[in-house]
Amino acid sequence: MMEFFHNPNYDFLRWRWHFIILSWALILAGAASLWVKGGPRYGIDFKGGTLVYLKFADAPDLERIRAGLAQQGLGSSTIQQYGRSDSNEVIIGAEQVGHEEEALDASRQAILTAMRATFQAPADKLDLNNSGTDSLADALLRFDPLGLAGQPGEAATRYREIAERITDFRDNQKGGLLGGFAELRGLQGVPPVVAQTLEQQAYLSPFVVRRGEVVGPRVGRQLRQQALLATGLALAGMLVYIGLRFPTEGAAAAPGRAGLLTGLGRWFLRQVDKRIYGIAAVIATFHDVLITLGFLSLLNYEFNLNIVAALLTLVGYSVNDTIVTFDRVRENVRLLRRERLADLVNRSINQTLSRTILTSGLTFLTVLALFFLGGEVLHGFAFTLVVGIVVGTYSSIFIASPVVVGWIERRGQMGTSGAGRKGA
Amino acid sequence: MTSALRLKATVILVVLLVCLLGLTGFHKGTDGKTRFRLPKSLDDLRENVSGRINLGLDLRGGMHLILQVQVDEAINSETDQVVERLRSLLREQAVGYQAVRKPDATHVLVTGIPVEQLEQARGLLQENYAGSAVSPAYVVGSLPAEQSGFVLEMSPSLQAQLRQEAQRNSIETIRQRVDALGVSEPTIAEHGRGEWEILVQLPGVDDPARVKSILQSTALLEIKLVEDGPYASETDALAKTGGILPPDSMLVRETPSARGAQAGGAQWYIVSRTSVVTGRDLRSARSEPNPERPGAYQISFSLSRDGAARFGPFTERNVGRPLAVVLDNRIQSVAEIQSRIDDAGRITGTFTLQQASDLALVLRSGSLPASIRYLEERTVGPSLGADSIRAGLTSAVAGMLAVTFFMLFYYRFSGVNAILALVLNLLLLLAALAYVGATLTLPGIAGVALIIGMAVDANVLVFERIREELRLGKSVVAAVETGFDRAFLTIFDTNATTVVAAIFLFMFGTGPIKGFAVTLTIGLLANLFTAVYVSRAIFEYTLGRQARPSSVSI
Repeated sequence: MMEFFHNPNYDFLRWRWHFIILSWALILAGAASLWVKGGPRYGIDFKGGTLVYLKFADAPDLERIRAGLAQQGLGSSTIQQYGRSDSNEVIIGAEQVGHEEEALDASRQAILTAMRATFQAPADKLDLNNSGTDSLADALLRFDPLGLAGQPGEAATRYREIAERITDFRDNQKGGLLGGFAELRGLQGVPPVVAQTLEQQAYLSPFVVRRGEVVGPRVGRQLRQQALLATGLALAGMLVYIGLRFPTEGAAAAPGRAGLLTGLGRWFLRQVDKRIYGIAAVIATFHDVLITLGFLSLLNYEFNLNIVAALLTLVGYSVNDTIVTFDRVRENVRLLRRERLADLVNRSINQTLSRTILTSGLTFLTVLALFFLGGEVLHGFAFTLVVGIVVGTYSSIFIASPVVVGWIERRGQMGTSGAGRKGA
Repeated sequence: MTSALRLKATVILVVLLVCLLGLTGFHKGTDGKTRFRLPKSLDDLRENVSGRINLGLDLRGGMHLILQVQVDEAINSETDQVVERLRSLLREQAVGYQAVRKPDATHVLVTGIPVEQLEQARGLLQENYAGSAVSPAYVVGSLPAEQSGFVLEMSPSLQAQLRQEAQRNSIETIRQRVDALGVSEPTIAEHGRGEWEILVQLPGVDDPARVKSILQSTALLEIKLVEDGPYASETDALAKTGGILPPDSMLVRETPSARGAQAGGAQWYIVSRTSVVTGRDLRSARSEPNPERPGAYQISFSLSRDGAARFGPFTERNVGRPLAVVLDNRIQSVAEIQSRIDDAGRITGTFTLQQASDLALVLRSGSLPASIRYLEERTVGPSLGADSIRAGLTSAVAGMLAVTFFMLFYYRFSGVNAILALVLNLLLLLAALAYVGATLTLPGIAGVALIIGMAVDANVLVFERIREELRLGKSVVAAVETGFDRAFLTIFDTNATTVVAAIFLFMFGTGPIKGFAVTLTIGLLANLFTAVYVSRAIFEYTLGRQARPSSVSI
């Protein structure tokens, strides 16, 4: 039998203050980074603005792009390399100007116009690298290289097939960019006369527009509120679910000292007693979200909708290990009634240690594959989960259980030997 | 094999077959309809599967738009009409007045009515504008004595109704325009919560600028009688009329393209305020070459029977006078009425073929009741989608290999069990996506990759428990039984929390994120079946084959 841990017996609770301090340090480091940078680096989803993603055939000349943009009055645009350096991709962004949605829309057009001018696109020719199947089929119908004008139905289907063949070849085998018309020659399903006609009537721009995003400021604000609301509700959902599934056994054992607390305060403490497992799990999960946010800020990741999706997944996933541990605590509470709570919790953590590490480890493997191979769009998403899963596993072991033990022990003191002490 | 186990095997086999059938047994024809067709070759199989999985816009390329209908314009134009009609009503009934005007979009004031006619005027207003007592259209109120008149206030219920109509009609008009563009499988729907937003998703669209201008064009066509003109500028026109326009007339400018390249700047005309016919009276519109300007195009249209019934007599009465074709408050062309025209007309100008056919398209689909604004626009080129699919699949396969390798290494034969369950889990997930018609997005593929890791978590929980029971000295059969029993609730809890988070994601997320939430949820639900039911059945089967099971490879 292969094992990572053979009958582990670590005293996790003994070192709990060290870990609590470590967690606070990580949270504060993230908070400091957020404070210095003036909040998360919001992506276009949340900030609003215009982004145009271009892919070039060769290494793009950023200075030329900048000059071209400046000529069109877009001097303040941001130009940024994107993805791996050999993928020749550039993002051109225009910050939102004022609050007018129309302005955003115009800036996308202006960026494209500037790029066409910079790379001297002939205005009257079809840009084969930036036309889709529909426009290409239309254009072929107009040029009619096969002389099918007499049979309109036949012409439409025939040219559409050819157009599909060309765009499929370009998008799936050439990464969206044809380097020269020579590549079309000999391409199966494309008659040579069509390739010749295209060579005369069309041209190949050195870039292709891969993606365009225009988000109005109002939408950005709305999405920001929705993301916050969704995260808050998901955490509340965890609290309710675990609170209901893990009620504390014998919760009423610790009556508060009369007179020191108001009725409402006592009721509140009793509720916390009853649901302390759920509360501890949610505290640990919130801790994971905070630290992950801090890491995103420290490493300057952009905060966008995909990141929010990853954070919410994390909220759902990171409580899993905590549940596994708490499940065992509950089972042991029934079996070993006499044992001190701290020892019992320690034993439970040790018993579940190997499955905690294994389950997280396996999900971590798949997330790691996403991080390295999943492509640029999913990079931030995968990074959030990579950090989140590590932190989530750590907090399940070192944060969630100590919170439960700490609370119950303290309440116990308040109830029995609490004379004169306000549960401090 | 015991009968209980035989039942389990049957259930699993049926599920497996239903999944395989759902994923591979249907073919999506070129007409977009899906028919039952068993694959006979590898190509068939590929075609069937790719037709069954709906790809999101981020994977197949296309355009995603969120637009907002400026619904308050509908209210504004309603009160505009009230002002017009009220003026003619008062004139017809010989009620004197000084002015009818709008201080804002929802109020109309009538002032300077002679004191002796006040009661008559109030009666007229009540009769024509108050509507029913239950849901009044307008509330008629008196103005202070020195103004000697009334105020009409649009009721909130009419305002709400107008806004809703504007939204509904806009969606309808946009749908007609999208259909006319020939986009396959578009989505056009209300969006958000009460902000009059419309979501438009157009897969495969590659010319965003053109599509947007077609959707946005208000396409308000009016044909009006020219009272006077042309003038070189607005001030010229006003100077001629002594600074005040004749009653019921308005000053409109020509579009620069109306006279082509040969003439100078655009001119101004004074035209009648009321229109003889509008875009609503059109029966059809199409583009055709302009015979006078080679290479240029024009739009010819024909009128509905209703429109023709008005247009015929009108043109007969006004032979010799010029008519103006006004589009979106700009004069497109002016021509003298030669003779009675019944039901046909044209908009001349120097349009290109594309402009002319786009204009004909929007005219056919009718005008938008209010202008629209773009709030969000995302376009994805087809090559990016192809790259994303490749990267997503690569990472999913890599994750799968890593997990398989680890499980086999760590759990030996039980690892095989877990991998079988995992494969069925993925199959169930894809088949469910196909059956429900859900959309696979790039985050959705990430969800599939993530599910691979999360799915084996359940197996790990079971296997670790079995190991623990074995360590306590239980028999193999008992250990497997307790392992599954004890781990089930834990697996249920862990999957449930992630599903809860995914549900919130679905409620608040946008398109691609929704796709992620859907794959995650389906995958985790399927996981309960595969990691517990299927995996246990495989254990029972292998243990049942040994006469007296004494060991298990775990």
